[in-house]
Amino acid sequence: MLGYTEKMRGIASRLLKDCSVEMVIGFRKGSMPMMNEPCFVTTIEDVPSLIWDSNCGINLANYLTNRKEKIAVFAKGCDSRNIVNHIIENKIKRDQVHIVGVPCTGMIDKRKIAGMVKGEILEVSETDDTIKVKTADSETLFEKTEVLQQNCTLCIHRNPVIHDEMVADPVEEQTSLDRYADIQKIEEMESEDKWQFFEDLLSPCIRCYACRNACPLCYCPTCFVDESKPQWMGKGQDPIDVRTFHFLRAYHCAGRCTDCGACERACPVGINMRLLTRKLEKDCQEQFGWEAGLSLDQRPALDVYQTNDPGTFIK
Amino acid sequence: MEMMGIERDRLHMSWVSSAEATKFIDVVTQVTEAVRALGPNTRFVKQQAKVA
Repeated sequence: MLGYTEKMRGIASRLLKDCSVEMVIGFRKGSMPMMNEPCFVTTIEDVPSLIWDSNCGINLANYLTNRKEKIAVFAKGCDSRNIVNHIIENKIKRDQVHIVGVPCTGMIDKRKIAGMVKGEILEVSETDDTIKVKTADSETLFEKTEVLQQNCTLCIHRNPVIHDEMVADPVEEQTSLDRYADIQKIEEMESEDKWQFFEDLLSPCIRCYACRNACPLCYCPTCFVDESKPQWMGKGQDPIDVRTFHFLRAYHCAGRCTDCGACERACPVGINMRLLTRKLEKDCQEQFGWEAGLSLDQRPALDVYQTNDPGTFIK
Repeated sequence: MEMMGIERDRLHMSWVSSAEATKFIDVVTQVTEAVRALGPNTRFVKQQAKVA
């Protein structure tokens, strides 16, 4: 993915110069290593702040919701699928977005890296397949494949499914992955162990809603957890309320989630809530043969009736 | 729900038309039997907030 930055700046300048878009959404360097932040460029002078590396894990589709202007957006495979979702769900019009496709070889997991080195990380640099991490007293070199976000190691749509132009040639897709090994392991547990497993998984949750805010699917004007008339659930840290929040949020993403990993990445305490969304993704795939955000012409699985829809759960 | 650790027979789902009285009775009987066999629910039960 090296060399994308220059091409992106070129594309952004061109689009802003010929006034074909009013805004370009990309990434700029964050104030800390491995924390790139979304960047909204409206003038050519700001174009040089755009960058691209392996720390662009935030899903930019999140910033397209209900926008009225014409926007260019840099989209990885997962972002592009969420843009498709957005168009299908009438959150933005297709002709409003100029999608610049970014073939992606995965984003790196900052939490994993922090756990693999000692001391504060001062600088992180990368080549095509290695990541160099510098701390005060050491320098460590990692293979990029060993520090990828889990969702990126399981990704089968690295190339954008929809685009108006591409930053580079498509990358090779990963095949023959066992995408749901961890979900299957949970499914095989005894009921009581399942309950305990999620009790432990969710116990650190502080209900900050970072997962919800980072998620491009969570665009409701008022989230069910914030409603007060009626109040659907408690707002504190009671384990039952925490659990209700997580599993209901997952349900709201059923058949829509693209496993972009934004939720897990945003979580300050590192909860893998993707176990819930991926269970629903797995079910959708098994029961309806549905994968979210692949085509503009297909209605979502939970949006249409088909005669071969499974109905065994209805007694 | 099952994935999260709710017992298999705790939660039921059915579709009964208003014209299907017999089916309704059957379903209700089955549900109550299944749930009774499991005993009182201990999961997803929220205790009342304790007030000092």
